[in-house]
Parts: sequence; structure tokens; C-alpha cells
Amino acid sequence: MSATLGHALRDQRREIRTFQTRILLSGLLILFAFGLLVARFTWLQVVQREFYHTLAEQNRISFVPVVPNRGIITDRNGEILAANFSAYTLEITPSRVSNVDSAIDELAEVIEVSARDRRRFRKLQEESKNFESLPIRTRLTEEEVARFAVHRFRFPGFEIKARLFRSYPQGEVASHAIGYIGRINDGDVKRIDAQGNATNYKGTDHIGKLGIEGAYERELHGNTGSEQVEIDAGGRAIRSLSRNEPHSGNNLIVTLDMQLQRVAEAAFQDYRGALVAIDPRNGDVLALVSKPGFDPNLFVDGIDPVNWDALNNSPDKPLNNRALRGQYPPGSTIKPFLGLAALETKKRTPEFSISDPGFFALPGVTHRYRDHKADGHGSVNLRKAIVVSCDTYFYGLANDMGVDAIHRFMTPFGFGAKTGIDIEGELGGLQPSSDWKWQRYKQKWYAGDTVSVGIGQGYWLVTPLQLAAATATLANGGTVVHPRLLKAIQDSKTLETRELGAPVGETITLKPENVQLVREAMIEVTKPGGTAARAGAGAPYVIAAKTGTAQVVGMKQGEKYDEKRVKEAHRDHAVFIAYAPADNPTIAIALLVENGGHGGSTAAPIAREVFDYHLLKKKPAVKQKLGDGETSTD
Amino acid sequence: MFSRRIDGPLMAALMLAIALGLTVIYSASGGQSMDRVGGQMRNVLVAVGALWIAANVPPQTLMRLAVPVYVVGMALLIGVALFGDVRNGARRWLNLGFSSIQPSEIMKIAVPLVLAWYFHRHEEGLRMRDFAVATILLALPVGLIARQPDLGTALLIFASGFFVIFLAGLSWRLIIGMGTLGLAALPFLWGAMHDYQRKRILTLIDPNEDPQGAGYHIIQSTIAIGSGGMLGKGWLNGTQAQLDFLPERSTDFIFAVFGEEFGLAGIAVLLILYLLIIARGLMIAASASTTFARLVAGAVTLTFFTYAFVNMGMVTGILPVVGVPLPLISYGGTALLSMLIGFGIVMSVSTHKQLVQS
Repeated sequence: MSATLGHALRDQRREIRTFQTRILLSGLLILFAFGLLVARFTWLQVVQREFYHTLAEQNRISFVPVVPNRGIITDRNGEILAANFSAYTLEITPSRVSNVDSAIDELAEVIEVSARDRRRFRKLQEESKNFESLPIRTRLTEEEVARFAVHRFRFPGFEIKARLFRSYPQGEVASHAIGYIGRINDGDVKRIDAQGNATNYKGTDHIGKLGIEGAYERELHGNTGSEQVEIDAGGRAIRSLSRNEPHSGNNLIVTLDMQLQRVAEAAFQDYRGALVAIDPRNGDVLALVSKPGFDPNLFVDGIDPVNWDALNNSPDKPLNNRALRGQYPPGSTIKPFLGLAALETKKRTPEFSISDPGFFALPGVTHRYRDHKADGHGSVNLRKAIVVSCDTYFYGLANDMGVDAIHRFMTPFGFGAKTGIDIEGELGGLQPSSDWKWQRYKQKWYAGDTVSVGIGQGYWLVTPLQLAAATATLANGGTVVHPRLLKAIQDSKTLETRELGAPVGETITLKPENVQLVREAMIEVTKPGGTAARAGAGAPYVIAAKTGTAQVVGMKQGEKYDEKRVKEAHRDHAVFIAYAPADNPTIAIALLVENGGHGGSTAAPIAREVFDYHLLKKKPAVKQKLGDGETSTD
Repeated sequence: MFSRRIDGPLMAALMLAIALGLTVIYSASGGQSMDRVGGQMRNVLVAVGALWIAANVPPQTLMRLAVPVYVVGMALLIGVALFGDVRNGARRWLNLGFSSIQPSEIMKIAVPLVLAWYFHRHEEGLRMRDFAVATILLALPVGLIARQPDLGTALLIFASGFFVIFLAGLSWRLIIGMGTLGLAALPFLWGAMHDYQRKRILTLIDPNEDPQGAGYHIIQSTIAIGSGGMLGKGWLNGTQAQLDFLPERSTDFIFAVFGEEFGLAGIAVLLILYLLIIARGLMIAASASTTFARLVAGAVTLTFFTYAFVNMGMVTGILPVVGVPLPLISYGGTALLSMLIGFGIVMSVSTHKQLVQS
């Protein structure tokens, strides 16, 4: 018993010893393990602290671009052409919505979604990437915003955003000059990247596409700022940490006079056509009309397909900027320039006169180049040839000069080349020469080609802008006019307005007496007996002008053109150039009325209204339709 | 009565750690509402109550309870395997009609108790056979829990049982032999693992391989701790914690919140508290008067250490992610309850010595 007990006690003592050794061992192991942890913590929190600090900061700090306000565009008198207003949009990120169409149906139960909104959204969706936020509704009222907020939980991927909108308060007026902004598309992105502007366009989703908006994008856009925001793991902004303010786009003051522009556009009534009015002293474009116009507001948030098709497929081509891109034969408006050319090159003297039989024929050829007056104008010198627009005189004049001499004289006036106006899309027209014909058609120039050039037909094509610039150059006596639309830039920060100097024009050396002769002839055009007597009737200032007709369809030999028998689309275009006051011109215009017939009847009254407003601030009275029942010879 | 059965130093260290935990839970739950802190306070009250009861139960009574508790636990584990509810892809819960329980939690206490009871019964000369029986008693619940699958809990229960066997005097030769065998079995273990378990181990090797998925927890918690630096970002000021970058930040990953806001200095305080608790536990174990008391107290203390070590190792990226809370700190009642019952037993061991000797 005691032996067993002793044995057990010994056993127990040994067991206790073992236990205590192992407890001690465990204690040491625990100290070692904690030491290991401490080493790990020291590594993370002391040695690598900077590294992890950076990672933590990257986690929580996000840079958000702050989009600058786009510059405002005003006319020369401060009238607003393009401005911004703040409003709410409801935007959808399609990638975050499982079924966009049914979600929009559901949305329509909460706030109004028109068919047009849906069409526009669908078009935007086709053109954009899935993760982009696209507007389904713009310009929400406060009430709509509140109503949506209540139902917000039902619409994941939908977001209300407060945004600046571009608006064009002038609507269709001057739309071709002002242009518009639209959503940035793939082409724009490439261009922005190529210019190295990608950073500055972070957060911007609109860009100037056309007109002033397109050409002066750089000025208007401004510099994007940035905001450091603290975000949580879900990417929600918690608070702003610091802000680098954006630099708003600069405001632009353009040369247009909107009052004049409105008068000019109204004067066109329902006619298609173009008008360009330029200040011959400095190239300021006072009015730039292309009719019909379009409403640039349609483009701002993506145009819907119905409106787009309507604009694009209309036979009137409202999207075509006729002032810059319409290329028409100048017709008889070219005669003052040709007369001046003949005087300067001494091919004609003021006294030289012909006896007009009503046609011109090249020596040894039976073909007759007919005058518009079948029985001729009688004895015609240069002055009379301009006043009555005698074709026969100019057929011979052109033939005597030759096409290349005409080309040499006309080129400095800007014919056949872009004027370099400061908006995009201009076409250059065509000022023919024998070299040109050879290069273009591999054909030699025929004498008969030159005869047509004498009355501004044949190969010769001008744009209304080009013709206006040439007229302005003629009006100021030979200082080449470079038309421009941007007059001044107002810095958005300092609010200082910097006037852009007028571009210095080259001088065409002309004899004053020759210029004077042409001017007097053009003045007489607007007097009784002249082709544009209507334009000058009762005017308290003196107008110098020339009418013209641009043929749309060629007439057969011996056929008589009868305006009333020709369907409208084939009627001639009326062309008109003029400047006033004739002795010290402050405005020069070229205008074209498509299918308007004779320049004297449809075009001249438009010019008169423009002049009356510009020189007398006289607004035209309500008028009847132009040109009805009146004909005038050209 | 209260103070007679409660070990002062141990209780003080436990309560300090729990108080520290409450402040971190407040911060981890956003620093604006007392909801979570209030909830945890209720858990603490319940757990302290359980500790007090356990401390007042004499070790002999506990020894008598060991086998019934173990048997009930095993029955429930088998019940789980047969009828358990599947949650998050694992069969861990048993619906008893009135409430759901995780029987594996019972085993955290039952396994060390039953093994200590067994060794106490055979204290007059342990033989190889006794260790074999103990191993079977341990292997049964561990195997069932591992199959649920709940590898983390299985490993921890295995550890608590292993500590009893180790402290009972398992020969070194066997320990080394089993260790070698275990290493050799690793490839087979790998083959038997679930995909998510393998992923956790791969993630440990390179968390950046799947930064948004499996690696996310570890990446964010190491960033939190590392960016805390020496002194931390300050209470309620941890950006990783307050801006939701840390997942599970009031439970398993609460150590990252603590490390971020209190820095290395704060961690040092916590480690010292833990060391005090462990040291006190081991002292009580070393001076206990019966085999059962010794083994239970030692095993409870070493298991506590294991929890702390595994959790801190996991959050700092040196151990794979297993669902182990940070003892006394993490939000949650169950773990706290079994932990404090364990320490209640330790206190019972410490305060009932004289009674046994007399």
C-alpha cells in the first residue's frame, strides 16, 4: 500500500516536473512567437511605413476634374450668341443597368420622358461607350428632381447631375457663323489626344463642332481644374481635401452685328441663299447669312434622329453653309472687276466704245454669244457697259484680254482661293486659267471659254464670302480685305478685353481714276436706268452696286430664257454686290438668292434693307413677298 | 464571495483588454453609434457572468461534467453532419427549433476538459495506450468539424487538445515523429482541401495575385497596419477603417483597425496585456494541485495564446486567413463566452487549490 502510494507519489512528482518544464518551454515559445509578431509589426509600421502610407492615401484620395465654364460668345454690341445656364440632367450609365429600355419605361412613370428623349438617348447609346453617363432627360424642374429623388432606389445606374448647358438664344439666326457644341465623339477624342489635350478634357463631354464654337474651341474651353476628394471604398466622395480652381474659357466678341444679321435674314423671307456683309476698312464680317438656317440648340445634347434626318435630308440643305461653301458662277457681278482689269492692263480706255448688235461672235466663227437684250444696247463704252450690264461689251473685252491676264488680275482680289476667314469649312471657288484647264481636263483653253468668263459664267465659281471680300477690296480702292469673325477676346480671369488687330491687307496697285470710273458706273447702276435702280430709289446715301445672274441650267442656242416657264429649282440665281456709302464705304456686301431670278428684282431690295439698317438704323417695314410680278433687265 | 473565487490580476488584465476592445469596436463601427458597443457590452456581461459561475464551480465538479459535456457535444456534431443547416457553403449550424447553435463552440471547452479528465483518471503512470485513446478522443470532434468544413475551428480545437496531451507528458520522440508524419501528409491534405481553402493559402504567398478577390482582405489590412506607423493615426481617424476599405473590421479584422489607429505603440500595449494574461494563466497552471486542474488551466491559456497569435498573424499576412477572432477584442459573443468560461475554469483552479489539498 505504502509502496504503491510512494510509487504513485514519485510518479506524480515526475509528472509535475515534466508539466512544469513543458509550461516553461511553452512560455519561451510564446515569447518567441510574440517576438516574431513584433518583428512583423516593426517591418510593416516602421520600415515599410511610407510605402503603406502611400497606398492608404491612394486608396482614399481621388482626383476629380473640375470642368471650366465655357466662354460666352457675344456680338459686337454685347448681344449674347452663346451662353451657359445651369440645370439638372438625369443621366444613365448603361453598363450599370441590366435592362435599359424597361428601366426607362419605369422612369416614365415617375417623370415625363418624351419620345424625342428616347430617340435621342438611343442614338447617343449607339455612339457612346457603355460605361459613359448619358442624359435621358435634360433641364429637369425642381419638382421633377424631387420626384425622382423619392424613387431613386428603384433606379440604380441613374443619376441626377447639375450641369452647365450651352444655349443659343438666337435660335436659327446666324447659326452657321456661331456653330454649336456637341458631345465628344471618337474623332474628337483622337484629335484631342493628338494635340496633347487629353488631361484638359478630363470631365468635359462637349466640344465645339462648327462655326465660332469649333474654330475657337481652345479659347472657349478654358483650363480644367481638379479637386482632391476623399472617397470611401465604394468610390463615394466623402469630403473635399483641396481644390485647384478651373480657369473658365475666355469670352469671345465677334464682329457680327446681330441686329443687322436679323434684318438681313428677315429680308430673305423664304428664299434660300446667302449674304455676307463686310466692313471694307477692316474685314469685320458684319453679317453672315446662309438660309435656311438651323437651331443649334438641337445639337447640344445629341440631336434626335428625327430632327437629324429632317435637317440632313431636306432639299433646302439647311446644314450647308452657303456663304462659305456654296460655289456659284458670279455672273455679271464680275463686270466691274473685269472693267477695272481692262483699264489697268490698258486693253480698254474709258472712251473706247462698241456698237452692240445684241450678240458677239468670234472672228471666223458663226456661233453667236447673245446679249440679254436681243436688239443690243447701241453705242456702249465701259461705263455704260457696267450700268446696263452689256454682255456684248464684256465678251469682246474678255476675248481681247485673254483668260490668263484675267486670271492674273483677279487672283489678288481673292478669287479662286479661300479667303482665310477664321471658321472652318470654307471652299475656294474657282478662278479659271489655261494652266488650270490643262491640269484639270488635259484640254487646251479655247477662245470661246474666255468669252463666257467675260460675263462670269463658264468655269468661274465664287463663294458669297469670296465675292463679298473682293467687293470690299474694290470698295476701299485696292487694299485686300481678309474677312474675320472674331473681334476681341475677353480674358475670363482679368476681364480685360483684348481687341484683335484687323489683318493687314496687301495693296493692289490701281490707278485712282480707274477705280473712280468703275465706282461711278456702279453708282449709276442704282440710279434710274441702271439695273438696280430699285436698290437706290430714295436712298439718302449713295450706293455702288452691280447685279448678276448665275445660270442654273444652260440655254440652248437661240432659246429664250423665260423665268415664268422654268420650274423654280431651275430658275437662275440672283447675285448682287454693293457697297455704301459709295465715297467712303463702311459696308460691302455680296448676296445670292437661289432661284431668285434677276439680281435687280430679288437681291437688290435685300441689300437695300441691310444698308438702311446699317447706315440709318432703319428697320424695314413689314413687307410683301419680294420680286412678285416684277421683272428687271440684267 | 465575488473576490474569493476571482483571480484579481487575471481579471484585471482581462477587463482591461475587453475595455480596449470596446473602444476599438466603437471606432470600427463608424464612431457615431453606440449600437455595436452596446451589443458587445451585453455579450461581456453574459460572458463575465459565465466566468463567475465557472470560477465558482469546483474543479471536481467540472471533472464530473467533462464526459457528459463531451458526449452531448459529439452528439450535436453528428447531428450537424446529418441535419445541419448549410450557411455560406458550410454545414456548421444545428437548428434546435428555438435557436441555432454551432456545436463546435461547445467542443472548444469540452475537448480540453475531457482529455484532462482522461489523463487525470490515468495519472498513476501514463502509458502509450493512454495517449492513443486521448488522440482518438481528440480526433473524433476535430475530424467532424473539419468536414463541415470549418478548418479554422478544427485546427484550434486540435491545438487545445494537443496542448493537454503535450502538457500531460507525451514523449518528445512521439511529438517529433507525429510532426514528421504531419509534414509528409501535407500533400494529401492539400488534395483533400476545398478550393477556397487552397485559395487562402495561395493568397498568403502572393496576395496581389487576386487583389480584388481573395487577396483583398490581406492587402487592405496590411495597408491599414503599415500606414498606422509608430503612433497610429489616432482613434476614429484610421482612413482604411473609417472609409470602408477594411472588410470585417469589427470582427476578424479588428486588429487592423487597432494597428492603424494606435500604431506600434498601441499594439505593444495589447501584446503586454496578452502576455500578462498568459503569464498569469501559466503560473496558475504550474501551481495547480491536481493533474486535471493543471492540464485544463495550461491548455486554456495556451489556446488563448493560439487564438491571439493566429489572428494577428493572419491579419498581418503571415498566416492564412482562417476565421479566428482576436480574443477579448473582436465583436461577437460566442468566442468571448467560451474564452471567459475557460478563464473562469482557470480561476476556479487557482482558488480551489486549498480545498483539494485539505
